[in-house]
Amino acid sequence: MATPAVPVSAPPATPTPVPAAAPASVPAPTPAPAAAPVPAAAPASSSDPAAAAAATAAPGQTPASAQAPAQTPAPALPGPALPGPFPGGRVVRLHPVILASIVDSYERRNEGAARVIGTLLGTVDKHSVEVTNCFSVPHNESEDEVAVDMEFAKNMYELHKKVSPNELILGWYATGHDITEHSVLIHEYYSREAPNPIHLTVDTSLQNGRMSIKAYVSTLMGVPGRTMGVMFTPLTVKYAYYDTERIGVDLIMKTCFSPNRVIGLSSDLQQVGGASARIQDALSTVLQYAEDVLVSADNTVGRFLMSLVNQVPKIVPDDFETMLNSNINDLLMVTYLANLTQSQIALNEKLVNL
Amino acid sequence: MASRKEGTGSTATSSSSTAGAAGKGKGKGGSGDSAVKQVQIDGLVVLKIIKHYQEEGQGTEVVQGVLLGLVVEDRLEITNCFPFPQHTEDDADFDEVQYQMEMMRSLRHVNIDHLHVGWYQSTYYGSFVTRALLDSQFSYQHAIEESVVLIYDPIKTAQGSLSLKAYRLTPKLMEVCKEKDFSPEALKKANITFEYMFEEVPIVIKNSHLINVLMWELEKKSAVADKHELLSLASSNHLGKNLQLLMDRVDEMSQDIVKYNTYMRNTSKQQQQKHQYQQRRQQENMQRQSRGEPPLPEEDLSKLFKPPQPPARMDSLLIAGQINTYCQNIKEFTAQNLGKLFMAQALQEYNN
Repeated sequence: MATPAVPVSAPPATPTPVPAAAPASVPAPTPAPAAAPVPAAAPASSSDPAAAAAATAAPGQTPASAQAPAQTPAPALPGPALPGPFPGGRVVRLHPVILASIVDSYERRNEGAARVIGTLLGTVDKHSVEVTNCFSVPHNESEDEVAVDMEFAKNMYELHKKVSPNELILGWYATGHDITEHSVLIHEYYSREAPNPIHLTVDTSLQNGRMSIKAYVSTLMGVPGRTMGVMFTPLTVKYAYYDTERIGVDLIMKTCFSPNRVIGLSSDLQQVGGASARIQDALSTVLQYAEDVLVSADNTVGRFLMSLVNQVPKIVPDDFETMLNSNINDLLMVTYLANLTQSQIALNEKLVNL
Repeated sequence: MASRKEGTGSTATSSSSTAGAAGKGKGKGGSGDSAVKQVQIDGLVVLKIIKHYQEEGQGTEVVQGVLLGLVVEDRLEITNCFPFPQHTEDDADFDEVQYQMEMMRSLRHVNIDHLHVGWYQSTYYGSFVTRALLDSQFSYQHAIEESVVLIYDPIKTAQGSLSLKAYRLTPKLMEVCKEKDFSPEALKKANITFEYMFEEVPIVIKNSHLINVLMWELEKKSAVADKHELLSLASSNHLGKNLQLLMDRVDEMSQDIVKYNTYMRNTSKQQQQKHQYQQRRQQENMQRQSRGEPPLPEEDLSKLFKPPQPPARMDSLLIAGQINTYCQNIKEFTAQNLGKLFMAQALQEYNN
């Protein structure tokens, strides 16, 4: 009933030396009659990689007007009056996918760029701000000027909104361990998009041997009535995980231990083995602690230990035997059934092909 | 020159040029040999896929997206991905292609690999062997020889370990799909069984050094304990669901078999009828000859006896493939559970 998806092929006969855009086949299951012939040769703008000029971003789009005030030379800038208190309290919750994205875009930065910036997307609620997505924005930075491709940012935001309509622009991020004067400018750009933007820094230059991740919001400071300055006040950063994300992160973390940073996905029993090894480790840590602290110990820890030991339920051995056997029988039966089905369809195959 | 062709029939001509260009001389994998021996995924892609499903795909809907990366010798490296919006509105058809082009253009500006190398899809309890998937993967593989489809199983992942598999269509199946001929004879000629429809490509996950640093950082900062879901014994729900899906499929399969049997019976009956008719004709002709009359004209037999329509065998192949996947999942699951049960037994024995 589902007609085959229409393959849309753009033969890369483009003259540009750019690695030709691979044909964009539509992965949708429903038929998508692609009527519009897109000029695939259009984005030849990659000749100037650091081109913050968004004019070549998409054919026929007007150049970003927001780049215009890029010529401000003076370091001390009067900040605009930023509206309202910080929404949602003082906690920022980050998902690990954001950080991985930021690091990845840092690794892919253009030649000569010291840092990368991008937009943060997410949701706000009463107690905290949760950042769930991000994308990097091309920008140009030099001694005395900065140019950010706001048109690009807007476009990307629109595209992202199609997938997740609940995400709002929350702020922006930058790699590098310090806040420069240009940050203030960029922050001003972003305050046009979001009411009180967050600024996130990820220190990819690994100062102090750590990759410090900090978040700020800007507040006004200075003498009222005179020129106001802008100060970035830090916020608490917490990490939020979905369950599946936690599992994914645990798996990815294993590459830290392998010599060429490569791991494969493990098979069924290996996983059970791995999980039980983890529990064993945890148990041995606890045992060690219990043996070290014999006389004076923490009461709460003692209570936890008690509840831990009591977790193993005390069942009459015969009952347990019956339970165990019935469970094992169920599983064996299901395995047998599965094998039977497989042999049945194999037989069917052979018969049909006679 | 850079025009895009649509229509199912014209793929043959355009495909050769695109496949040649997409191969880029990186060893097109020879005839009959698979072009991709291994799939290498960045940690970032895994996280993105997980997040996409978590946020957008609750329930039985599938979420899809596009994989970007490059091909290195016989490895397919996937370095980034972006999600596809769901088909909720009616005007989504036009948006899809444009969305894709815009996305890729924008990503090119930030130096992200913008080469299409495949697509990903989430699945519900492992039921992904459908006609739609086959068609999509075929069109992808046709255009880009090394493309794969990544199947992400969120429910299995929530149970304790990441379930991500990469599949490609076997070369034989590609041939058959190209011909678009799914009658029994063609399939028999190609000698395809349900086991040789999809081939699984092993996956490895690779991270850069900086990401490793990030991981260490995260580990230090967030001391969230692992939820040892993997070792939980209460998983009969999952098993029940799986079995139910399996039963549905087996029902479908049996229906399909009945259909095929009727077809075979009809064909053989028809053959017999044809035979009888011919014989009668011959006898009559002989009689007429003996009486000196002109023989009756030969009639077109095929018009008299229209052969019955052979049922498309593709569906039954797909169903068989799906049943196979279910069975494998179930077996994996029971193996794990048996291990867990024995561990519980050991604990209990120690207690007593």
